[in-house]
Amino acid sequence: MLKDITLGQYFPIDSFLHRLDPRTKILIFILDIVAIFMAQTVESYVVLILFTFLVMLISKVPVKMYFKGLKPILYIIVFTALLNLFLTQGEDLPIFGYSVGITVEGAIVAAKMATRLVLLIIGSSALTYTTSPMALTDGIEKLLKPLSKIGFPTHELAMMMSIAIKFIPTLIEETDKIIKAQQARGASFDTGSIFKRAKALIPMLVPLFISAFRRADELAIAMESRCYTGGDGRTRLKEIKFTHKDLAATICFLMFFACVIFLDFIF
Amino acid sequence: MLKAENLLYSYDNGVKKVDTVLDNLNLNIKKGEFVAVLGHNGCGKSTLAKHFNGLLLPLGGDVYVQGINTKDEEMLWTIRRQVGMVFQNPDNQIVANVVEEDVAFAPENLGIPSAEIRKRVDDALKTVDMYRYRKHAPHLLSGGQKQRVAIAGAIAMRPECIVMDEPTAMLDPMGRAEVMETILKLKAQENMTVVLITHYMDEAAMADRVVVMDDGHIVVDDTPRNVFSQVELLKSLGLDVPQVTELAYSLNKEGFDVNYDVLTVTECADAIMDYVRSIKSGN
Amino acid sequence: MAIKIENLDYVYMQGSPFEKKALDNINIEIKDGEFVGLIGHTGSGKSTLVQHLNGLLKPHSGHVFINEHETTEKGEKLKKLRCDVGLVFQYPEHQLFEETVYKDIAYGPTNLGLPKEEIDIRVRDAARCVGLPPEVLDKSPFDLSGGQKRRVAIAGVIAMKPSVLVLDEPTAGLDPAGREEILSQIKSIYDEGNMTVILVSHSMEDVARLVNRLIVMNEGKVFADGTVDEVFSRGRELRNIGLNVPQVNVLIDELVARGLNINPNIYTVENAKNELIEYFKRIKEGGENA
Repeated sequence: MLKDITLGQYFPIDSFLHRLDPRTKILIFILDIVAIFMAQTVESYVVLILFTFLVMLISKVPVKMYFKGLKPILYIIVFTALLNLFLTQGEDLPIFGYSVGITVEGAIVAAKMATRLVLLIIGSSALTYTTSPMALTDGIEKLLKPLSKIGFPTHELAMMMSIAIKFIPTLIEETDKIIKAQQARGASFDTGSIFKRAKALIPMLVPLFISAFRRADELAIAMESRCYTGGDGRTRLKEIKFTHKDLAATICFLMFFACVIFLDFIF
Repeated sequence: MLKAENLLYSYDNGVKKVDTVLDNLNLNIKKGEFVAVLGHNGCGKSTLAKHFNGLLLPLGGDVYVQGINTKDEEMLWTIRRQVGMVFQNPDNQIVANVVEEDVAFAPENLGIPSAEIRKRVDDALKTVDMYRYRKHAPHLLSGGQKQRVAIAGAIAMRPECIVMDEPTAMLDPMGRAEVMETILKLKAQENMTVVLITHYMDEAAMADRVVVMDDGHIVVDDTPRNVFSQVELLKSLGLDVPQVTELAYSLNKEGFDVNYDVLTVTECADAIMDYVRSIKSGN
Repeated sequence: MAIKIENLDYVYMQGSPFEKKALDNINIEIKDGEFVGLIGHTGSGKSTLVQHLNGLLKPHSGHVFINEHETTEKGEKLKKLRCDVGLVFQYPEHQLFEETVYKDIAYGPTNLGLPKEEIDIRVRDAARCVGLPPEVLDKSPFDLSGGQKRRVAIAGVIAMKPSVLVLDEPTAGLDPAGREEILSQIKSIYDEGNMTVILVSHSMEDVARLVNRLIVMNEGKVFADGTVDEVFSRGRELRNIGLNVPQVNVLIDELVARGLNINPNIYTVENAKNELIEYFKRIKEGGENA
């Protein structure tokens, strides 16, 4: 159900990863994405999988939670894998002696794509599980700071993101409730033609939008009441600091990164 | 502390002025008072509350917070810092994803140094008895707990006064009791000025002073005892009185001389026992 | 019989670290024409239970039968079941979406595929039931007051002509006059005699004077089930699980403890008044000794 979506949620425990500077984690995550898409050889994938495993362990977040994060995306992973499997040109790969239209190249590409997606999702889950949305947006705001000199609204962007993330669980719950309430009035969202189904969404979307606007309005009033005037002159409860821990984490990651490059281009 | 003088306000719907919401209203709330505001939906209570920290500005008359006119734009943020607001829906006033980060929101906006914010946040959370939940995600807390976090978020500004607009309307009896306990504690320990807008008569009965509003002005302004003894008037305004007050009053109306100046179960039982004794001695 | 629940279990977020048993071996039978109050504090399982009554949630173990049909049925039969049990959620006004009140009330009957004339009759009838004047039907539901919006939403469920009407906290967030109005309308809907009504609430005061049976839930279990008298006679236990008995009931308890010879099973101001008047008359005539 909708309540099972865990992507973007924070898992409030204490671990080495939780205590890292969000900027360190964001930069490592970005480089990790680069590495994932650069990786070509089996060896470099092994290194990346190893790295991801290590991150999962250090985060102290139950492994179960990571798999839950994968669940909603599972269909996409399977779908892209299947597409690659059948649509890639190349040498035929017989299954039990029969040709079923699968190629060797297809199988390799499918495996690579699936691994990449899984690693990406786990990587982003690791980032959001260990970094509170406030810290995350703080990190993004600080990283983008140079852009604010040319008039880019970094603070506003960061604040919008953090509020959006905060309201994800509330809106999921709300959607669930509205769907149930309309079902109780005989609505069905899962039968009929595509046109019929699209039309059936109106009784769900209208109340959802109205409620989102009402919430936005009330939240704006509450924020104003608490003296919010934008980014200027704001201080933070936890000033983010780059410590020796961040340095150690960065060096450690760069070693993995170097490994991937080495295995791909030099080896 | 809070003063409204000949306050006039109406909502503008773009085409024409629609009915006057606040009509020549006068109210003076002193430092350390706990004032409950009663009135049916649409009587102007919430509109009044929004005038106390400059969210709305009077169309006529003036509102003063600690002697500062809310129309003085320069002083707007000084005023907002002195008047903490708590609203009805706890989900729509919590900004952050972790309890302590939410409580820190106002002090952060005020530009207070980190170490001082830490202290204020911890103090505020201890006052509302939510300190051990400081690392929790607000959406997993109960309604009463969320509302206490919202109160902590307001008092972390170290305001002189706190205005609450139906903070218990969406809570169950346990949540309501938690919030009322917190309010009484704020008043006793911090000598906080509290304005509580509510629909619940038992909550209003705990206040020092009850203000009853109807149609944009104040109808009664007195101690809870004197207000609730006017049973007929309150009923005609679409309000309730505590059950015990209503019982004593209706007995009185039937010709039994029970003292109906009662607010609690004990007081009412005393009054009935007194009456029983008086009959017996009369026999 | 209308509703039969057998050994019902339900677990929230099964298999996750937040797993929680929401319903634990529930056994309840509700007959046609009963007016039942379902009471419990937030998290006691009462909202989870009512969502089982029209198949929005399916039991993890055990069975729920509505008019002999099990709620695990699918397709048309499930649709039929959802018409049999009309469920009004908390803050139901948040699900309004149509341009006019009329269209919104007609949404349910339209989903049933009824002919236009029948829909028209039902909409007008439902509006009358909840006390909405006919001229409101052409207005936008978003222009109405909070109390009126809620009545539109309730009418939207009544228009489905359910044989069981379930209302989850219908008075939440209303002012005293609004609460009073909604409750008296629910009472008159019940009195018309076509529906079994289940009123979910955490307010004992609201429920005590309306229903003829009370079911109290606590921690996913049925804590008490019986007439109002039977349930309220366990006043102290109820207070221990976070529920409040009506203030007037506490007062009568206190008076009995102080030695007044009166009926202790009283929950409404009206009954308390009558009982005390009787008592005063008796002692005036010297019938009672000190």
